[in-house]
Amino acid sequence: MTDRANVTRRPDGAALVIAAVLAVIAAVIFWQTAQMRVVAVYARVGPTTFPYIVATGLAVLSVLTAVSALRGSFPEREKDNYGPMFWIVGGLLAQMFLMFPLGFSIATGVLFAMTAAGFGKRKFWFSLPIGIVFAFLIWLVFARGLQLSLPSGPLEAAAVSVLNGMSGGA
Amino acid sequence: MGTFDLLLQGLVAALEPMMLVYALIGVTLGTAVGVLPGIGPALTVALLLPVTYRLDPAGSLIMFAGIYYGGMYGGSTTSILLNTPGESASIVTALEGNKMARKGRGGPALATAAIGSFIAGLIATLLLAFIAPWVVRFALSFGPADYFALMVLAFVTVSAAFGDSALRGITALFIGLGLGLIGIDLQTGQTRLAFGIPDLLDGIEVTTLAVALFAIGETLKVACSPTQIHEEVEAVKGSVWMTLQDWKRSWASWLRGTFIGFPIGAMPAGGADVASFLSYSAERNFSKHPEEFGEGAIEGVAGPEAANNASAAGTLVPLLTLGLPTTATAAIMLAGFQQFGLQPGPLLFTNNASLVWALIASLLVANLMLLVLNLPLIGLWVRLLTIPKPWLYAGILSFATLGTIGANAAVMRIGWLTFSFELLLLLAFGILGYLLRRFGYPIAPVVVGLILGPMAEQQLRRALAISQGDPAVLFHSPVAMVLYAVAAIALLLPVFLRLRGRGQLLGQLATDED
Repeated sequence: MTDRANVTRRPDGAALVIAAVLAVIAAVIFWQTAQMRVVAVYARVGPTTFPYIVATGLAVLSVLTAVSALRGSFPEREKDNYGPMFWIVGGLLAQMFLMFPLGFSIATGVLFAMTAAGFGKRKFWFSLPIGIVFAFLIWLVFARGLQLSLPSGPLEAAAVSVLNGMSGGA
Repeated sequence: MGTFDLLLQGLVAALEPMMLVYALIGVTLGTAVGVLPGIGPALTVALLLPVTYRLDPAGSLIMFAGIYYGGMYGGSTTSILLNTPGESASIVTALEGNKMARKGRGGPALATAAIGSFIAGLIATLLLAFIAPWVVRFALSFGPADYFALMVLAFVTVSAAFGDSALRGITALFIGLGLGLIGIDLQTGQTRLAFGIPDLLDGIEVTTLAVALFAIGETLKVACSPTQIHEEVEAVKGSVWMTLQDWKRSWASWLRGTFIGFPIGAMPAGGADVASFLSYSAERNFSKHPEEFGEGAIEGVAGPEAANNASAAGTLVPLLTLGLPTTATAAIMLAGFQQFGLQPGPLLFTNNASLVWALIASLLVANLMLLVLNLPLIGLWVRLLTIPKPWLYAGILSFATLGTIGANAAVMRIGWLTFSFELLLLLAFGILGYLLRRFGYPIAPVVVGLILGPMAEQQLRRALAISQGDPAVLFHSPVAMVLYAVAAIALLLPVFLRLRGRGQLLGQLATDED
């Protein structure tokens, strides 16, 4: 065996969870594929062939990952702080739910401010307006300039009426 | 018509004012993202894909190629001045380059990196132009079984051949393959693994996955890491110009780097990081000043920087001629071609000859632009490094979500809640990206698996349909056999090297990374 076997390392719990997740994914693919109603012509080689191959592969990898986890051969990990994670994931969730009621600029401004908070800048009275202005400029360039369809809310609607008013008045 | 004439025609097309503008935008953006730590060329192309949906195909592809080349140039600046690689291919550059900068020789280090990248880009692009037609001629005789073998080879080299664990590489690949199953099967119209969600019928967007894994995963990893390294940007002191001695020590390294990098990119043998690493160890062996290595040897910057640019050009050989992406950036460029209804492969050279040759010629133009952008304007790029992290990452996430919502602004409703399903996917894959990084899984195989998986499936089924289900057909052709043999070697050789005291090469890769 390799020199690694001499070093006794404890089984890696998190890596065992990865092995279990891989096994669950493999099982879901097997189960969903088995439920497909496939026309007899495709019985030998059809839409189910490749899913079965992938699911088998994942099942094998799950076993190998479990072995690797028990031998403790995953790389060392630092102990991550999860505080920033909550800020950033929270920011993404907030943006996702605010996008349609409030429009791109306000929703993305909230994401901007919460991401900055995750990195330690917690002065929202400063970062939130900056974020909204920044996102609004992006919206102007991409939605007005490049015709990308971005959700609009009160801020964008106001901007459109101002812009239309300007072009109408001139 | 000879290759030379086609290239000249391409050059005429690439020199049209509009095309020059696209190339300039591409190389400028590419340099900027190469310089910024945390975002690389793969992410930038992914972000721009939805934005360029309505633009000219040739122009957009020229822009993407400019981003790819520019990213390779810009990454060296960060490595040299900050000791934090701007993108993975520049890890090695940081070893010698940052030492040079600390000794006040940052200018010559940047110069040798830029000039080396230029020379490598020039030679490698010409090699691309002259090798591509030859590969195309060969590839026209390929059957489905050969293509399938080729994709198996790409899967193995992308996921298992390099890096520190074949198991984690292959697992990452299979996660990508699994995601690739989702949606409507193209041949039969059968829905697979959509769980009744209408947004999943079209499958997972490559851009959403790539943006999530690269931008959000990276942001989460950086934000949560307990070791918030406070990095000092080394000021560029003294002359940017190289002395005669520097030139004498650099030129052979540039050429060696080019001829190491190009084949590695072209042969699906790993990405630019592998090329730059191999070049570094070659330089250390060839150098007349081995004692300077680790203390700021200019060869250790010149070689790897040439190698990573040459390998970027090399990657375009399988991408354009076979439709085979071997890096994450190439995978997303392939998605870019598909967005415009173009399928890279041998037929692209006959059906869209003018576009292909304009693209190849534009690489020569982009390369020249990059030399001009990088040497005199270096001070401007250095200023990008002083953007504080909170604003930098807040900006990156704003752009990441912009591309995603721009690609698919459909509204999903559950009760009174309205939200974007695409953004939900983005968040889920972002967390996946964080977990992959945390547990030492590579990212590129997931992206390559998603885009190449369905293509491999089509070829496999086509081959098996011809043989009426007999798998022996996969091993009939000599081409396929050779490809499987190479794949087996790529899979087993690292295992063998690891067993024999981890092997010098892989061991160095592992130690140099931290």
